[in-house]
Amino acid sequence: MSSQLERHKYDILVIGAGGAGLRAAVEAREAGLRVAIICKSLFGKAHTVMAEGGAAASMGNVNDNDNWMVHFRDTMRGGKFLNHYRMAELHAKESPDRIWELEMWGALFDRTKEGKISQRNFGGHEYPRLAHVGDRTGLELIRTMQQRIVALQQQDARDHGDAESHIKVYAELTITEILKENGKVAGAYGYWRETGSEVLFEAPAVILATGGVGKTFKITSNSWEGTGDGHALALKTGGNLVDMEFLQFHPTGMVWPPSVRGILVTESVRGEGGILTNNLGERFMFKYIPDVFKDKYADNPEEADRWYLDQDNNRRPPELLPRDEVARAINSEVKAGRGTEHGGVFLDVSKRISAEVIKKRLPSMWHQFYELAGVDITKEAMEVGPTCHYVMGGVEVEPDTAAAVGVPGLFAAGECAGGMHGSNRLGGNSLSDLLVFGRRAGIGAAAYVKSAGTPSVSEANIAAAASRIQAPFTRTGGENPYKLHQELQEITHNLVGIIRTKTELDDAILKIADIRKRIQNVTVTGGREFNPGFHLSFDLDNMLLIAESTAKSAVLREESRGGHTRDDFPTMSTKWRQLNNISSFNGSEVVVRQQPLPKIPKELFDLFDPHELEKYMSPEEMAAAKGGSN
Amino acid sequence: MARKLKLRIWRGNSTDGGLQNVEVEANEGEVVLDVIHRVQAEQMNDLAVRWNCKAGKCGSCSMEINGKPRLACMTQVASFPDDQEITITPLRAFPVIKDLVTDVSFNYKKAMEIPAFVPPVGMKPGEPRMAQVDVERSQEFRKCIECFLCQDTCHVIRDHEENKKSFAGPRFFIRIAELDMHPLDMLRNRKQKAQEEHGLGMCNITKCCTEVCPEHIRITDNAIIPMKERVVDVKYDPLRWLGSVIRKREGIL
Repeated sequence: MSSQLERHKYDILVIGAGGAGLRAAVEAREAGLRVAIICKSLFGKAHTVMAEGGAAASMGNVNDNDNWMVHFRDTMRGGKFLNHYRMAELHAKESPDRIWELEMWGALFDRTKEGKISQRNFGGHEYPRLAHVGDRTGLELIRTMQQRIVALQQQDARDHGDAESHIKVYAELTITEILKENGKVAGAYGYWRETGSEVLFEAPAVILATGGVGKTFKITSNSWEGTGDGHALALKTGGNLVDMEFLQFHPTGMVWPPSVRGILVTESVRGEGGILTNNLGERFMFKYIPDVFKDKYADNPEEADRWYLDQDNNRRPPELLPRDEVARAINSEVKAGRGTEHGGVFLDVSKRISAEVIKKRLPSMWHQFYELAGVDITKEAMEVGPTCHYVMGGVEVEPDTAAAVGVPGLFAAGECAGGMHGSNRLGGNSLSDLLVFGRRAGIGAAAYVKSAGTPSVSEANIAAAASRIQAPFTRTGGENPYKLHQELQEITHNLVGIIRTKTELDDAILKIADIRKRIQNVTVTGGREFNPGFHLSFDLDNMLLIAESTAKSAVLREESRGGHTRDDFPTMSTKWRQLNNISSFNGSEVVVRQQPLPKIPKELFDLFDPHELEKYMSPEEMAAAKGGSN
Repeated sequence: MARKLKLRIWRGNSTDGGLQNVEVEANEGEVVLDVIHRVQAEQMNDLAVRWNCKAGKCGSCSMEINGKPRLACMTQVASFPDDQEITITPLRAFPVIKDLVTDVSFNYKKAMEIPAFVPPVGMKPGEPRMAQVDVERSQEFRKCIECFLCQDTCHVIRDHEENKKSFAGPRFFIRIAELDMHPLDMLRNRKQKAQEEHGLGMCNITKCCTEVCPEHIRITDNAIIPMKERVVDVKYDPLRWLGSVIRKREGIL
């Protein structure tokens, strides 16, 4: 086998071709390095295309009171102060430059009257902050970077006579493992999905940019690719995952018909004035404003309505609370029997804005409901409910370089990296996150490569990787990968969902372990050529590791915060605010330990009103931070 | 609610293949991609099909349903009469890899041939000022999800493999139009190049591409026809031709 093995050598491998991966690749190529971009789908199809609302950056084009400090505060508040302060700081400071740079690569954002990039309101953001293109901003980002890569390839064709001399896209290729030699990254191994034939990449640095884990759950806005590959590869390579209990259930997914259950309904619908009501016609969000947000959100419909016209003198409508709050509120309404026929609530934008404006500002939402649900959102309400959307937890990284802690040569950016969003991500912070940290991962990896030397992978390492790929064809156990995947999704949905308890989580951990035993018996029918059953058997292994990490972290965290709600521990705990759950893999199971959160330096601490921080921090923490610890 | 659906699915590879009959349950509100997934999970574990977002936004699940190029995720089962068989085949204009998956690399090669966006020299990030009305013309074309249904249906390549070399296809005509109308793009003569190097002249505006576009981009009316008209203007009006030569020589924008 290895005598005919397809082999490639690069300076940097980027696994994942969504926003973070492509931004990292552009940066590494600009540093003069040779980069391979590896994606499971065709080039340009990554899940980033589904991001609708926009990219948050405090450019101040619509309200000039905005700046990085306000954005930083909003991000920390949204994450309930569990964010890595340094990531939130870098993100808030650098986002505007990352957006402006896209414009120089051909992106065309919607404009203000003065001709600047327009910015829209979104949950948890104090000012209009999201650069957008209607409701297809993610598509604009991915296409712009895809075209930027083509532009660089055209440049390479002129300079070196070969368009692929410095960046090559390997589309429809799955990486099954990251290879290490002497404790450092040396490459990666995988197979072409089209043919099933195997490929070895030798490279001193690997950037993980594989996105999310949504396919671990039954109701999700994620595509089939969201199987936590980067998270699992990092664990298996000796890296850590931080706070995997925090999953964002987006409050508004479609609920009917069943085939579209979970598909995202953009938060822009609420940003543009959509209101949430239950089956009694009650605008219920006024009942669910938590104490920590009472001074920022209107407690009556009149003030909430006035806010759309005068944002300086009115508080925001509670429909624009952070996503975790809205998702829990919808869940409570439905559980109390005040839901719609199909188990959601109503979201209505037709009463506030005209049909013409809806079609202009929310074109793909109109299209999606009209084509898939037979609902005309310019005339009637949508039915919506929570859907698993985003994982805040991810690979533990050094904020400035995106280097994975504990594995020299491994980097991670975008959704598969952890820390940036704390316990809950604000809408719009994902697209800016992947630009800021995609670029930083490119710079970090390029700097590392310059001193790393050229590794080569041992034959023993290659043979072991090859045998693992062959395994599902040689087994006779007869387990069907599709069926095991469905079982896993039922377990996570029922036992590790929006509202959690110790008993259910303990049960989930046992059941997930049972499925992990059974995947040793997964048998694949058919050949290696474009065989989805074969592909799923590898994805499934990753998803099981992620589900285990999530369930084990969730049972340990005895509090409710952001995207982790415990029925048996319903409030935030100051003890747990100071702790991250760190998952690692010991070869047979996921092990979770606690680690103190990095302490926020005085200059960032001082950006907040101490009265606000008292809601989150203990008196001892407050005293220590005021004294300028760290 | 559930109904039994008769499907005929093309299965095979680059050398051999044919339609296979299969019966599968379909529930209320389901799209063709849902029933394909059910067949895959229950009856044909190795049935090859591309898909991603399942919401009409990524353009991966392009195939031909009863002979028409469609996105399987946006085609309602209920749009076919109860007793009608549904025939599902791979895109015809591209070589089959396996079952419903085709080799669409032609499109990525063509993308490489279209000269990239060229920003104004000396303009710094954050400086551009553009009116909404001016960006909207190009934004229409940037809605493209690259499903390649327009490329599949275009008879210039669908029925004439030999044209592929010299014809970029509707997807890339709108890319050229997008850059041509882009308020910041500085590269001259995109229209002329579309005519001379990318086969714009071979299009005889039958509008088949516009009809299959799931994003309802007016490919023919808003991109192809305006470019054709202006190419003709410049080519056959001696004064405009002379003007364009002088401008090009002096580098005037």
